Amino acid sequence: MISADLNIILPEILLSVFAMVALLGAVYTEKDKLAPTLVWITAAVMAAMALWIGTSGSGTNEAFGGMFIDDGFARFAKVTILISAAAVLVMSQEYMQRRGILRFEYPMLIALAAVGMMMMVSAGDLMALYMGLELQSLSLYVVASLRRDSVKSTEAGLKYFVLGALSSGLLLYGASLTYGYAGTTLFSGIVQTATEGHLSLGMLFGLVFLASGLAFKVSAVPFHMWTPDVYEGAPTPITAFFATAPKMAAMALFARLMHDAFGQAVGDWSQVIALLSLLSMFLGAVAAIGQTNIKRLMAYSSIAHMGYALMGLAAGSALGVQALLIYMAIYVTMNVGTFAFILSMERDGAPVTDISGLHMLSKREPAKALAMLVLLFSLAGVPPLVGFFGKLYVLRAAYEAGLAWLAVAGVVASVIGAFYYLRIVFYMYFGEERDDAVEMRSSPVLYGLLMASAIIMVAGVVNLFGIEGAAAAAAATLVN
Amino acid sequence: MTVFAFYLFALSTIAGGLFTVISRNPVHSVLWLILAFLSSAGLFVLLGAEFVAMLLIIVYVGAVAVLFLFVVMMLDVDFAELKAEMAKYMPLALLIGVVILMQFSFAVGAWDASEQAESLRMAVTPEDRHNTEALGLLLYDQYFLLFQLAGLILLVAMIGAIVLTLRHRQDVKRQDVLAQMYRDPATAMELKDVKPGQGL
Repeated sequence: MISADLNIILPEILLSVFAMVALLGAVYTEKDKLAPTLVWITAAVMAAMALWIGTSGSGTNEAFGGMFIDDGFARFAKVTILISAAAVLVMSQEYMQRRGILRFEYPMLIALAAVGMMMMVSAGDLMALYMGLELQSLSLYVVASLRRDSVKSTEAGLKYFVLGALSSGLLLYGASLTYGYAGTTLFSGIVQTATEGHLSLGMLFGLVFLASGLAFKVSAVPFHMWTPDVYEGAPTPITAFFATAPKMAAMALFARLMHDAFGQAVGDWSQVIALLSLLSMFLGAVAAIGQTNIKRLMAYSSIAHMGYALMGLAAGSALGVQALLIYMAIYVTMNVGTFAFILSMERDGAPVTDISGLHMLSKREPAKALAMLVLLFSLAGVPPLVGFFGKLYVLRAAYEAGLAWLAVAGVVASVIGAFYYLRIVFYMYFGEERDDAVEMRSSPVLYGLLMASAIIMVAGVVNLFGIEGAAAAAAATLVN
Repeated sequence: MTVFAFYLFALSTIAGGLFTVISRNPVHSVLWLILAFLSSAGLFVLLGAEFVAMLLIIVYVGAVAVLFLFVVMMLDVDFAELKAEMAKYMPLALLIGVVILMQFSFAVGAWDASEQAESLRMAVTPEDRHNTEALGLLLYDQYFLLFQLAGLILLVAMIGAIVLTLRHRQDVKRQDVLAQMYRDPATAMELKDVKPGQGL
C-alpha cells in the first residue's frame, strides 16, 4: 500500500528532497556564492516537474486513504503553480543579487513553498489542507522579510505572520466544528453528511470559518487588509511571487474544499462566496484609484482579480470551476509580465515604484511601453485581449448559475477599475516631460518575460492556447 | 467523582484563559496560562488520554510557558502602551464579541452530530492496547504523510529563523583549536632576566 501511495506523491517527494539536498550542499560548500546557480537549477527543476506532471498524469488517484488526491484539477493547478514559481525565480535572480539579498536559502524556501502549494491543491482531508497551507505560508512569511535590514520588509513579514496566524486560527476552528459534526476530517466523509437544505448549524459555522480562513489567504475583502502593506514592504520579486503562485494555490484549494467537502450544499456557500466576490471587486477597483505606488496598486488589482475568480466559484458549477481555472491561469501570466516590467523600473541604480516616473515612457522605451500597454489593457479586461476572455468566462458562469446581479456588478466594477490601469497608460503615452523619469534596466530575462507575456495576451485570443479544453477537463474531475 | 473533577478542571481552564487575557502584569498572565495548560491536561486524563496529558505538561508547561516567561521578562515591551492602543478599539471589539458569543450560544443549543458521524469516525482504541501505542500506530502508519509534512514545516521554521537572524560578524574573536594546539613555549613565551633591584 505504502509504495503505491508514495508513487502518487512522487513529484512532491522529489521536490522536497531536492530542496533538502541543495540546502545541505550549499551549506557545506560555497554558501551564498552558489545562490544564483541554485536559483536557476531550482527553476529548471520546477519547470521539468511541471512538464512531467502535465504530460504523464492521468485519471484520478488517491493516496493515504484519500488524504491526497491527484486528479486533473490538481494537475492543472500544479502546472500553473510550478511554471509561475519558476518564472518568478528566474526574474528575481539579478534584482536580488544586485541588492545583496540573494541568499542560498531563498530558492530553497520557494521550492518548499511550492511543495506546500502542491499539497494544498491535492488535499483530500482537512488536516492535509492545513499542513499544506502552513508549509506554504511559513515559507512566505520568511521570504517577505528577506531584506531584514529594512524596516518596511520586516514590518511586511511580521504583519503577514500575525494576521496569517489569526486566519489559520479561524480555519482550524472551522475545521474542528466541521469535524465535530461530521465525525471525520476526510472530504469524502464530510460530503456524505453535508446535504442540501438542512445543513446543520454546527456544519454551517464550520463552513463559514473555513471560508473566512481561506478568504484571508486569497486576500478577498473583508480579509484583505494585509495585502497592500505586505506587497509594498516585501522586496519586489517576492511581491511578484505573492501575486502569482500562492494565489493560484489558495484559489484551487478553496474550490477543492467547497466542491469536494461541501459539494452537496452549493446553495449554502454560494451566497457567502458571492458576497466576498462582490466586495473584493468593488474595493479593489475603488481603493486602487488613489494609489501612486505601483506595488500597492498591484495589491489592490490582485484583490479585484480575486473577486472575479471567486465569481467563478460562486457559480457552483463545473462551468464556474472551469472559468476560475482559466481566469487564474490568465491572471498569473499577466502578473508575471507586469512584474517583469516593475522589476526593471529604476533610477540611478535604485528601484523605483512610483508611477509618476512613467511619464512619457513611450518616447524613451517604445517597445517596453507598448508591452506594458497590452498587459494593462488585458488586466483591465479590454477586448479583444486575453484578459477580457478570462472575465467573459466568469461572467458567463455566474450568469448561467442565476447570479445575473453579480455578473452585472462585475461589469460595473471592471469599468471603474479600468480607470487606474488606463491612467498608467495615459502617463506613458500622453504624460508631460518630467525630470524624475525612470530608466528601464535592460536585462534579457526581464525583457523576455515581459515580451512573452504581452505576446501571449495578444496571440492567445485565437484559441487561448487550448487552455480552455484543459480547464474544462480539469473542472470535470472536481465537479460531477 | 468524575463529574466533579470534570467541572473543576473545566472551570479552572476557563478561569486560567480569562485571567491570561485580563491580568495587568504579563508575568501573571503567563502563570495563569500555565494553570490553563495544567487543567486541560487534567481533562485529558479524565478522557483516558494520559499520553497527551503528559505531553501537554512536558511540552507546553515545561518548554513553551517557560520560554514565554523568558520573553516577557527579557524583552522590553511596553504593555501599558499596547493596552492604551487596545482601549481605543474596545467598544467595537466588545460589540463584535458579544454578537459572535450570542450566535455561538444559538449554535450550541441546536448542536447535533450527523447520523453518519458514528460510522465515519475513527475506531476507538482497542481494550488490549494502551493509547500511547495506539497513537504511535496512527501517527506512523495512517498519518504518515501528515507526520512527514509536519517535519517539513519545522524545517522551514528552522531555515527561517536562521535566515532572518544569523549574522556573520567580522569583529568577533573566534576560538581556533589548531592554533591553540600548536602553540609552544618558543612562540608564546619570552624569557627575561631581571636583575635584582631593577625593573624592566
